[in-house]
Amino acid sequence: METNFTHHQSAHCENGVASNLLKNNGLNISEPMVFGIGSGLFFVYLPFLKVNYAPAISYRPLPGLIFNKLAKRLRLKIKRQKFSNEVNAVRALDENLKNNIPSGLQVGVYNLTYFPDEYRFHFNAHNLVVYGKTDTDYLISDPVMESVTTLTHDELRKVRFAKGAFAPKGQIYYPILIPEKIDLKGAIIKGIKNTCRDMLAPVPIIGVRGMRMVARQIRKWPVKHGTKKANHYLAQMVRMQEEIGTGGGGFRFIYAAFLQEASVILENEKLKELSQEMTAIGDLWRDFAVEASRIYKNRSSKEDTYNTIADQLVAISNKEEVFFKKLKIAIR
Amino acid sequence: MKKDEVPQDKGNLSNKNMKELVYATDENGNYTTTLSTGWEPKTIALSNSIEEISERIAIAKAQVNNNEVSPIVYFMEYCRMDIAILSSYVGMWQWQVKRHFKPKVFAKLSDKILLKYTKTFNISISELRNFKTH
Repeated sequence: METNFTHHQSAHCENGVASNLLKNNGLNISEPMVFGIGSGLFFVYLPFLKVNYAPAISYRPLPGLIFNKLAKRLRLKIKRQKFSNEVNAVRALDENLKNNIPSGLQVGVYNLTYFPDEYRFHFNAHNLVVYGKTDTDYLISDPVMESVTTLTHDELRKVRFAKGAFAPKGQIYYPILIPEKIDLKGAIIKGIKNTCRDMLAPVPIIGVRGMRMVARQIRKWPVKHGTKKANHYLAQMVRMQEEIGTGGGGFRFIYAAFLQEASVILENEKLKELSQEMTAIGDLWRDFAVEASRIYKNRSSKEDTYNTIADQLVAISNKEEVFFKKLKIAIR
Repeated sequence: MKKDEVPQDKGNLSNKNMKELVYATDENGNYTTTLSTGWEPKTIALSNSIEEISERIAIAKAQVNNNEVSPIVYFMEYCRMDIAILSSYVGMWQWQVKRHFKPKVFAKLSDKILLKYTKTFNISISELRNFKTH
């Protein structure tokens, strides 16, 4: 059985699934719009949480939050179900497919057989859409892939019940109600306000202050942890920033695309200017990645190279602080 | 990032003929999407992580051969797990899993407990028990 579903490739999995599911339900909303309204732009440093043996640095909020915020701001109703029992989880999904409801799923990446080996880590916050089932396979629309793909029944069971941090517990979600009239303008403003608040939060590990804290730590890494570990930490940071899913520059380019779209909808020229500014900031993040990659490529431990990129990060954080203050005023 | 500056380096994706979507600006400064085969800085970052894992696996193998740790450690590293992930897969406390890392404790484990590990690692009990023979 197969439901009517059109696959569109996207940069980030959660926005992509949200955008694809909503488009499928007649609400034409782009990936950047989902990302912007759902306040997807974020920065957080969690030194006490280790991911792949390196401190966690994330450029996005917790999984599920973007879609939830989007739903709240557009007054959509999304149904989310988690399961403790694998049989029930399979039954619920099959039932949906029978009723012609393509469903969003949270899954673990490690057993996604269509990914290249290098990408198969124990990361549980990936999202995809299941839109059909055959005798042996499920039909999968993974938004980061160019085209649709499949997983066997057993493979899908494994990824739905991956274990570890953010275990998906077979989670499925799908929109059940989309109001006739939606207040896109109001939602955009709420989304932007939320992002400004997050990025300027008076909390040392979040937003621009979080970046400065990471910069301070980077200076200490080669002395405190030795070359090898310091290089590994840096490589992990670049991966979180640039790896498949972020659209590059730690989501800054997607956000710039959102601001451009928002400037048209809100008829606000200022946002268009700020979109260009955000693009420039995204380019700075790319430069940061290039510099960082030089360090771990050459296995350098010179303290001054670490100081240089820490300076770069501080410069970016200063630019972003000014940027988000301007953004806050622009939508007043 | 301008559309014509989007990197098209060889990387881990292009090996599998995959491309990722990126947002970039066109000649008028408007946003559009385009595909990228990869970008060197992140390819190096990923290779760095893969190397790190290979090293960890090699170390674990040597430790198992020297009878310093049980084969569970080797398979944990091989499956790119850490203790927290492994303990959640086998449904035991971290301290229990850590205990099973000791060769002496491991030798006395029942099939019932080993089964939890072999299911997680997708191997047979004899593969886990007789790791050294191959």
